[in-house]
Order: sequence, then structure tokens, then C-alpha cells
Amino acid sequence: MADQSSVTDGIHYHQHDVVIVGAGGAGMRAAIEAAPKASTAVITKLYPTRSHTGAAQGGMAAALANVEEDSNEWHTYDTVKGGDYLTDQDSAEILTREAIDAVYDLENMGLPFNRTEDGKIDQRRFGGHTRDHGKAPVRRACYAADRTGHMILQTLYQNCVKHGVEFFNEFYALDLVMAEVDGVQRVSGVVAYELATGEIHVFQGKSVVFATGGFGKIYKTTSNAHTLTGDGVGIVWRKGLPLEDMEFYQFHPTGLAGLGILLTEGARGEGAILRNASGERFMERYAPTIKDLAPRDIVARSMVQEVLDGRGAGPHKDYVYLDCTHLGAEVLETKLPDITEFARTYLGVDPVTERVPVYPTAHYAMGGIPTNNDAEVLLDNETVVPGLYAAGECACVSVHGANRLGTNSLLDINVFGKRAGNNAVAYAQTADFVDMPTDAADGVVKLLAQLREGSGSENVAEIRKALQETMDRNAQVFRTDETLQTALADIAVLRQRYPNVRIHDRGRRFNTDLLEAVELGFLLDLAEIVVVSAINRKESRGAHMRDDFPTRDDENYMQHTMAYRTAGEIGVPQEIRLDWKPVRVTHYEPQERKY
Amino acid sequence: MAATQVTGTPGEETAAQAAQTEGGTAPAEVDSAQEGHDRPLEAGEAVEEPQSFPVTVIVRRYDPEVDDEPRWVDYDVQMFATERILDALHRIKWEQDPSLAFRRSCAHGVCGSDAMRINGKNRLACKALVKDFDTSKPIYVEAIKGLPLEKDLIVNMEPFFDSFREIQPFLQASSKPEKERHQTIAQRERFDDTTKCILCAACTTSCPVFWTDGQYFGPAAIVNAHRFIFDSRDEASQVRLDILNDREGVWRCRTTFNCTDACPRGIQVTKAIAEVKQAMMTGVKL
Repeated sequence: MADQSSVTDGIHYHQHDVVIVGAGGAGMRAAIEAAPKASTAVITKLYPTRSHTGAAQGGMAAALANVEEDSNEWHTYDTVKGGDYLTDQDSAEILTREAIDAVYDLENMGLPFNRTEDGKIDQRRFGGHTRDHGKAPVRRACYAADRTGHMILQTLYQNCVKHGVEFFNEFYALDLVMAEVDGVQRVSGVVAYELATGEIHVFQGKSVVFATGGFGKIYKTTSNAHTLTGDGVGIVWRKGLPLEDMEFYQFHPTGLAGLGILLTEGARGEGAILRNASGERFMERYAPTIKDLAPRDIVARSMVQEVLDGRGAGPHKDYVYLDCTHLGAEVLETKLPDITEFARTYLGVDPVTERVPVYPTAHYAMGGIPTNNDAEVLLDNETVVPGLYAAGECACVSVHGANRLGTNSLLDINVFGKRAGNNAVAYAQTADFVDMPTDAADGVVKLLAQLREGSGSENVAEIRKALQETMDRNAQVFRTDETLQTALADIAVLRQRYPNVRIHDRGRRFNTDLLEAVELGFLLDLAEIVVVSAINRKESRGAHMRDDFPTRDDENYMQHTMAYRTAGEIGVPQEIRLDWKPVRVTHYEPQERKY
Repeated sequence: MAATQVTGTPGEETAAQAAQTEGGTAPAEVDSAQEGHDRPLEAGEAVEEPQSFPVTVIVRRYDPEVDDEPRWVDYDVQMFATERILDALHRIKWEQDPSLAFRRSCAHGVCGSDAMRINGKNRLACKALVKDFDTSKPIYVEAIKGLPLEKDLIVNMEPFFDSFREIQPFLQASSKPEKERHQTIAQRERFDDTTKCILCAACTTSCPVFWTDGQYFGPAAIVNAHRFIFDSRDEASQVRLDILNDREGVWRCRTTFNCTDACPRGIQVTKAIAEVKQAMMTGVKL
């Protein structure tokens, strides 16, 4: 259905049954469900094929059992244990059960998976995915060379073209509009900024799906794209809705040293080995059973520990090696061609003959916008916001708990993206539009004017760099109260400086200067929540490793963090209230986590 | 000139900390990993740190709100050999002139945002390393050619995506399998090369035919047609071949090989186009 729009006082107004924000894997998977059934608009800050889903490499987990015995119950167990028992177990059951159809859906849509000798989808090993509750690594990851995410993104975009999905490309969503109806806060729409023209668009929708991805740019060394600034998560936060488990941020073990560019865990799935300076396969000491295929939190910590203990490699002894040399040129060229090229291009190292310098890189937010299993956004521990959905990295169901397993995120975007799309369209088919308040765009207009017309002298890039440096130094793989308090103090100073940023580009067209300033505001908000949540969790669990509280404390902390914003306009200190939400346990009582 | 020291004092920071300024890559190790570096340093022994050096980057700027014509603007930036041209653009934007507009996202060659013309050749700015250029001379950076220029290095991508959409770039198959469709390893390999396309437009906008005739489908659309024409699961090959048999289709290709040279994913674009031409004459051979 064509877009219906009008212009009033220079602001464009659109109306669609379903409005989806974000065109990565989750957003497009939702659109494929919604668009054939109802008028659907997808608002995206990037052209869909630029989304960071395309950077995912190694695979998508599903217990197809194409190459060896497997079951989705084993997959559930691995997901719960991998998440260090913070995973909501009923959600993990849904994830792993629906995984199988999610893979078939993609294949049927055209995704060119690698194949077995008998023509089925091939599968490879990945960290933390095991046979029969931890006995040995299992081949569960369905893959397309080492560009599985690229193929998923392309396939979903191709199918959006097939269904005639209407995209608003390079439209930056900057606000969510809610209105009270009969005493209940309901969703009314989204306000967006059009990059090409600088004009404001208000999209009224019966239902709204947030699929806006992560916020890795709070860190300096990261596998994340420049554009992953957490805008969607920040928008929801500023509406007074809570964020869940923000202290759990994943560091992927194998980033190219110094650069953070991702080298897939699939390399270790194919047999690559991590070695320290002396060539020792150190993971044998940390995870004797599955070694280099331990979950990411454990491998990342082990690598950092090797460096801290003086066993790092290189002139500054500050990285370790990923050794692929025994895999042979053919495996590297056919199953891992992209990462082979990344190492050659960016480090000048040839993985066929040389060990590749690697170090953990900020990769994935386990936390985000809390949802239930139907992808409905929660405004507290249980109450949904009618009409509002979230899926993918921006959401927290929580299927990943305290640490996500590799290949479970490409799975997450497909399973919960589909659920979000289906539920959003079902809602739109029965609900009415909620009246758009006449001042719907005022918040965005004011925010942009404040930034654009500011006369301060602060530089956006300098503040962002300072933020990223303190986060890398103080809120990374190992944390203590002291380092986190340092980060918090640094962020407070940066928040004071932020209102004085100077925008040099006063034009309207493609004003990326202005948008980088807006994005920085979201980064500052989110970094602070990560740090405050991390200070509050005085235990070590999954990706959250507190040196001052090195053990897991199930008695006090086997529960999700819920963060609420109680104050904080631009230039005003944020006030954050923290609360807890119980973990849903079905079959798996917490055990000591050994691999 | 905004010279920036990217590294910290030698030995004080870890590689992970020191190496990357926002988006700036760093003095990465270019030596063989195993050889030489695993020997612990002696007390007082200095590590040989990579040195930065000045590079002149000349960018073709254009803001239609202000400029009648595009203009070339010089910038001096301090760069390391292993850094990307994208890092130079960021350094200009973040330290000298924040109004410079360009697209970028992943910064490692998989999202396809930052195709541009660098010293006359189409490259992704994030895959073009400083060391690959003669930095005794300026490096010229301009927008890709043949698409409407919007601002600085940004062009209107819509005509490019229109051509992509026209070739019906989605699997068309009537069967509804219960599980996956089967495909042999060889059948899957048949179209592997053209699945790598990231739609960056480097190929299409390097094509002289496309420069003179914007109606030509261009290499990227043909590459994506190839990806389905040679997929054993697809049933609409003939439809796509008919579309590309059009006056603005494959026969306009003059096998200049610019597209193959330009492809940042290493796709044999000219070969793919030749295979599509061949299929029109003799049918699709899977």
C-alpha cells in the first residue's frame, strides 16, 4: 500500500498500520510477516543492506541434526548454561524449538547455505554448543562460508523486495510517541529525521516494532559499525521505559588486535587454536573439556588473563594468537575466506602461514529493551505497552542471559523478528490508531534546534573518544567498583560538556555533523546505564566479571537488573533507579559452570 | 594541519587501548607474528613504534545549498601506513571540518556504504590502505560517478537500487518443501562468487557504458541476476534472461573489466556477465 502522507507546518505526517524501526535482520524479518497483511513502513537510518547483521560471520544455530545427533533440548541447556543461568528458560525453549523452522524459512527464501555431501544444510561447531549437556562440541551452526550474516541480510532484503516492503531509507528515528488512552500508555507512532533533506516526519502506526540493533560504539575497540549508537534503545529509555541487564556486554574473543575487527568463532569451530606468546594452547587450562570452544565470556577472560600474567605476545605482550596454520589453505579459502582476507588486508598477516594477533573486542549487548516472549515491550516486570514491540539486539527477552552463545544472535533476530512482525500485524488488525498528539514532533524539533543552534565550543568527536576510552579502560572484560566509579565520574563530566557541543554544519542536507551529535547523546545515556548497572551487581556472572566479587552469587543476584530513568534532560544529570526482575526457571537449576 | 598522535607512550597502553582512535586504525603489527616479537623486551629496550607521516588528501566537495559547482579542497592529515582512507576522512571530519559528508558504517568492507573514487579508481574507503598509495603525492577522493551527486561524497543510490530490484532479485520456486531444498555442493558452488555482492555500486559506477547511459542495468544488477539464474533451486531464470536481453541489458557490456577491477569483494564480474550472455544464447547450464 502506498504511503499516505501530508505536510503541516513543515512536518510530514504518514500513517501505516505497522511501523518498523530498523532494517537489519530482525526488522526485515518482521517486515516480511507484516507487509503482506497490512500497510507497513520500515524506517531505517541506513540502506537495509548496510545493516550490521551483514557483518555476522560464523553461523546460525539450530538442532537440525543434519551431520550428527542433536536435539533442541541440548541447545536449550547450552543456551541457559552459556547465559550463566540468567537466561529465561521458557524463552530459550522457544528460541531453540523455533530455530529449526527459522533456518528452513531462510533456506526456502533462498539463502545459499553451505551443503553436506547429501545436499542438506551443512553445520559446524561453535563455542558453547555441545552434545548431551556438555559432553563434547556438536555441529549445530548452519552457515554460508564465513558470511552467514551477509547472506541472511541479503536474503531478507531480497524477500522484502519481493513483498514490496516500503522502506524509508536514511530516516533516523529520534522519538517514540505514546499517548494515554483510558489510563493506559499506548503507542501512537515514531518521529524521524530525513537525512537527505533535514525534514521531520511523523509516522503514525497502530503498532510499532523497534529493531534498531546494538550500541557497541560506547566502546573504543569494537566489532560494531560506526552507526551502532543505540538510538533505538536510547529513545525507549528517554520515554521512561526500563532497560534490562545492561551490565552484560559481550566481548568477542577474537578481534584483530588493535582494530577490533571480528574474526569468527567459526575459525575455532573449524579447528583453529588460541596460543599465548610461548605457543601454549592456554584454553586447555581454563576449559579442559571443550577448550577453545568454550563460551565467549570464558575465552575472552582467559585471553585477558594471559596478557595480565605476562604471557601475551607481540612487542607490548598485549595480545594472543589465533593459530589457523594447521587448517590448510583450502579450508581457509573455502570456509573462512572473509576473515582470511581481513587478516591479510588490515594486519598484513596471512593466516595460512602465520598466527593472527587477536584480542577481545566489544561485540554484543545481552541487555536492552525488556520484552516478553511475544516481543511485546514491558514497562515494568510484567505489564506490556500495548502496540509496542522490540526484537533483535536492541531487545532483552532474555534468551541470552549473562552471556550469549555464538550463532544464537542470528537465530534470535529470525525467531523473535518473526514473532514481533506477526504479533504487531495481529495487533494492528484489531486495534485503532491512537490519536497523534498535536505536539508529537516538538521534542525532536527542540532537540535538534538546541544542538544545531548551540554556541558552545565542545567537539563531538572529542567527547565521544573520551567516553569510549574510559569505557574500554574501566568497564571492559574485568571490572571493579573502583574502575566503574572512575568511568561513572568520567561520564558525568562528559555529560556536562555535551550540551556545549558545536555543530559546524548549519545546512539541512545530509547533515551528518548534526546526527553524530544526536548519536553521542544516546551513547552517553547508555554508557551510564551500563556502568550504574554494573556497579550494582556485586557478583561475577557471564560477561560481567567483577574482580572484587569474583564468584557467582545466586542467592542475591540470580535476577535481572531493571533500570529506570527518573530524571535527565540534556545537560541535567540522569537519575537512574535500579530494580530486579526474577529469572524464569523451567528445567535447569543453576549449576557451577564448567566446560 | 591537525596532526594527531594516535599512539600513546610506548609501553604504557595495550594494543587494544592504543590502537584505535575513534574509527582510526592503528599502528598494527605488520611483521610476521611468530618471528621476532615473542622475545620479551630487555629493560630499557625500546620497541620500534610505527611512525605517522603527513598525507595530503584532496576531496571534491559539493554542497548544493552553497556551491554552484563542486570544488577540490586540500586537507593535510597525519596518517599511519596501515590506516584506511576512511580514517583520513574521519580525521578531516572530526578534527578539521565536521561538515564533510560521506557514508560509512562497518569500516571493514562488508556493508558497502563507502564506495568512492580514490585516485580515479572506485574503492571502498575502508579497504583502501594508506600504504597502497604513493603518499609523496596527494590522494584525490571524490564521489562515485554516474549517479546524481547529493553532497560531497554522497550520491543518490536510488537509480542503482532500482536496477537491482528490476531483475527480480529473489528466489522463485513453486515447491514447498517440508525442510530444506536439497542442493549439491557443486550446484551451490556454481553461483558462489556472485553471492558475495554487497551492493556497494563500485562496479556499476566504474563502467564507462553506465557513465554515458544511465539506463543501462549495470554490472551489479547483472551480478545479482546471475546469482539466481545459476541457482539450481530457482525457476525464473528465463524471466531474468528476458529482462536482461533488453536494449539496456547485458549486450551493452563492452567487457572493459573496470567492474572486475573495482569489486571490493573480488567477484569476477565480467565473467559473470559473460556467463549470462552465454546463457541467453545456449540456455542455462547448471
